Amino acid sequence: MSGASVKLSRRSFLEVLGGGIAVAFGAASAASTAAERPGYPDDFHSYLAIRADGRITVFSGKIEMGQGIVTSLAQMAAEELGADVGSIDMVMGDTDRCPFDMGTFGSLSTRMFGPALRAAAAKARTVLTTLAAERLNVSPKQLTVAHGVVSITGQPVRRVTFGELAERVRITETVTEAAVLRAASDFTVMGRPTKRLDGIEKVTGRAKYAGDIRLPDMLYARILRAPTHGAVLVSADTNAAEKVAGVTVVNRDGLIAVLHADPETAAAALRQIGADWRRPEAGPDQETIFEHLVAHAGEPTELVAKGDVSKAAAAKSFETIFQKGYVAHAPIEPHVALADVRTDRATVWASTQTPFPLRDSIAAVLGFDNKRVRVITPYVGGGFGGKSAGGQASEAARLSQICGRPVQVMRTREEEFFYDTFDPACVVKIASALGADGKISRWDYEVIAAGERGATPSYDLANVRVRSARGLAYAGSAWKDDLHPFAVGPWRAPGANMNIFATESQIDIMAAAAGTDPLAFRLGHLSDGRMRKVLQTAVDAFGWQAAVRPSGRGHGIAISSDAGSVVATIAEVKVDRTSGRVTVVRIVCAQDMGIVVNPEGARMQIEGAITMGLGYSFSEELRFQGGEILDKNYDTYRLPRFDVVPKIEAVLVSNDELAPQGCGEPAITTVGAVLANAVFDATGARMLRLPMTPQRVAAAIARL
Amino acid sequence: MKNIVKFSLNGAPASIETDDERMLLWVLRTDLALTGTKYGCGEGICGACAVIVNGKAHRSCRTPLKAVAGADVMTVEGLAKGDELHPLQQAFIDHDAFQCGYCTSGMLMDAYALLEGDSHPSHQRIVDHMERNLCRCGAHQRIISAIEQVAAKAGDSK
Repeated sequence: MSGASVKLSRRSFLEVLGGGIAVAFGAASAASTAAERPGYPDDFHSYLAIRADGRITVFSGKIEMGQGIVTSLAQMAAEELGADVGSIDMVMGDTDRCPFDMGTFGSLSTRMFGPALRAAAAKARTVLTTLAAERLNVSPKQLTVAHGVVSITGQPVRRVTFGELAERVRITETVTEAAVLRAASDFTVMGRPTKRLDGIEKVTGRAKYAGDIRLPDMLYARILRAPTHGAVLVSADTNAAEKVAGVTVVNRDGLIAVLHADPETAAAALRQIGADWRRPEAGPDQETIFEHLVAHAGEPTELVAKGDVSKAAAAKSFETIFQKGYVAHAPIEPHVALADVRTDRATVWASTQTPFPLRDSIAAVLGFDNKRVRVITPYVGGGFGGKSAGGQASEAARLSQICGRPVQVMRTREEEFFYDTFDPACVVKIASALGADGKISRWDYEVIAAGERGATPSYDLANVRVRSARGLAYAGSAWKDDLHPFAVGPWRAPGANMNIFATESQIDIMAAAAGTDPLAFRLGHLSDGRMRKVLQTAVDAFGWQAAVRPSGRGHGIAISSDAGSVVATIAEVKVDRTSGRVTVVRIVCAQDMGIVVNPEGARMQIEGAITMGLGYSFSEELRFQGGEILDKNYDTYRLPRFDVVPKIEAVLVSNDELAPQGCGEPAITTVGAVLANAVFDATGARMLRLPMTPQRVAAAIARL
Repeated sequence: MKNIVKFSLNGAPASIETDDERMLLWVLRTDLALTGTKYGCGEGICGACAVIVNGKAHRSCRTPLKAVAGADVMTVEGLAKGDELHPLQQAFIDHDAFQCGYCTSGMLMDAYALLEGDSHPSHQRIVDHMERNLCRCGAHQRIISAIEQVAAKAGDSK
């Protein structure tokens, strides 16, 4: 396809594709329906094309950032088509070649995009079968489709390949109705462990990320940054920087940058700029932020009101306040973009989870119509929600427009920590009660600043109130408001990590007070069949021993319902009572995510989620003083490393009755809770704040 | 200062005339277009930029070009022999020992250096050695399994 294109009718668009068979399809996602899709018709969302060489290309606005959809989406297409995974090419995140997509977040790709893709592939298979029946002069019912070949059942030599069928035809179909999909029992590609399609490229260094794209005459930019959020530039002296050989200095509308063909020279020249900043008054720090949030969050919104929490009978009451600090995304690949802006068009390679919204914001910065801007998303080196905001791409575009040359902006690690859109610090207050029968008689829950996801408990409760203050919806964008000293935004399962930590800790507190084993206590309030089944699966895999806690064993349990999946996690920890250091020995996680597309991919996501969860549980908490970010690199901001990662067992609970559900996020939501409950079981100390640093654990033990 | 620096790069002679105080990472990525070696932290903390210099893993973001004059340098691009993957690369694929892949080059380089010095290290030795490399996707236990697979095979052949 050509670059910038005008809005096409569906017919003319499909003609642009050339010969072959194309099936366009829409995803049943609200996110996909709202915005304009320049260059494309309005009535579909993605498409797949089969060409005369037999290759099948799936065009999708989703992006690959490690979560493995480049493989699982190809599997889904291959399954319904009757083709091999190896014959599928995925074109992803290219705004000129793929129809509009809001972004890759919320564990939505498989859930929302998957069914539409499968329906389109099923439609394509029907088209291929019809063509083959004509060609072979038999009824379609007599045909078998496998490995990209249609043959007469029982006569494999009478055959025709997909490529031969696609040759000399120009067939376009649009899928609007629900298709009849292959049953899980018939799967030959889905449900089978499949090696990643990006494997060879990633182990050979050939995989291209946005920062690896090279263009002739490109410049590397370094940008003058404020020392703290909220600081205002009073004056800047760029004279010395301008004297560095080969350096271009840009100083326009608040954007001060130095550019050079060598990134280190640009960095050295940036250090030559003398700048005076007016700093804002000191704001809260990582200790006082919770008081600040409670004081300024305002009135909560009621999400659930069932029964009467004020009149419920209470034999025992429990009031608990939970806290969690700001957590960074900290992908190893920083935000990076290369922009090549010409007079009439712009091409930008960006590390982003949201190529289409990014295209629109770049167009606004450049003063271009968005049809003249193309965003290409190569492999993304980790996102976790943090690559939804794309300031670096807009900066690169502006600088390229000013300099007339391609410009790369790659954030330094310090900039990455400074400009991250952090998982917000937050507070949860729970007032609950047990009735005389040992059952939960009241659940009054208020979450401040985390968000609503995971706030409503999965348990059968009679008198429930759930309220949320200043929790924004988990859209794919970050925000800055007057509540937080810097920008915050979605972070892998936004809000749910805190809400499940608080909920499942409180459940454990009540189980202990009731003198009941925490598993039995949960089962006593849980009728949901899927949740009971994952709990039992985890219990069997772990070898859970019933006991009133704390038992000294260091075993904890937590459950969660997230992104359409249900998950139960059990952990074993050892605690050094003097240092407060917690060693995680073992974690078992059982998850029901409906039909599993790629079992190995699913296990990888669960293991990855649990490993990442160790960070927010034990070590990750941003240190700051007002708008000044004190953590500037990985030396003080500690990600989980090899020595803290325990044996993790991911158990997939079979549920072929349910379409594939979210996989990348659900497991991480249980990690804070399961580890806090395990620490309690080991020590009797109840941890109410994340992360559970050794100092905090030791202090909690000392208070016993 | 500007100088001609000669070294062996992935088995072939390399000669570059440039400021020899520049860090090897940026020379590789900009002058030589070898972009498999990644920037992660710039301070030698994360390991994404690891390369092999005379058989040992070095952080190329903290290694001035002049330090590799006359040395044998290998980057991730030099690990495979043509289309034949190095056993570590194959093991990483076999174990799905990566997700986003951004830390993978450095992981492979550090694992390579470990096995160069000790062809069948203990589990704990592998963990201790890889401690200096960061992965945000959480592929840790698979990376260890991949390295153990290669170490076990090295042991078999002896």
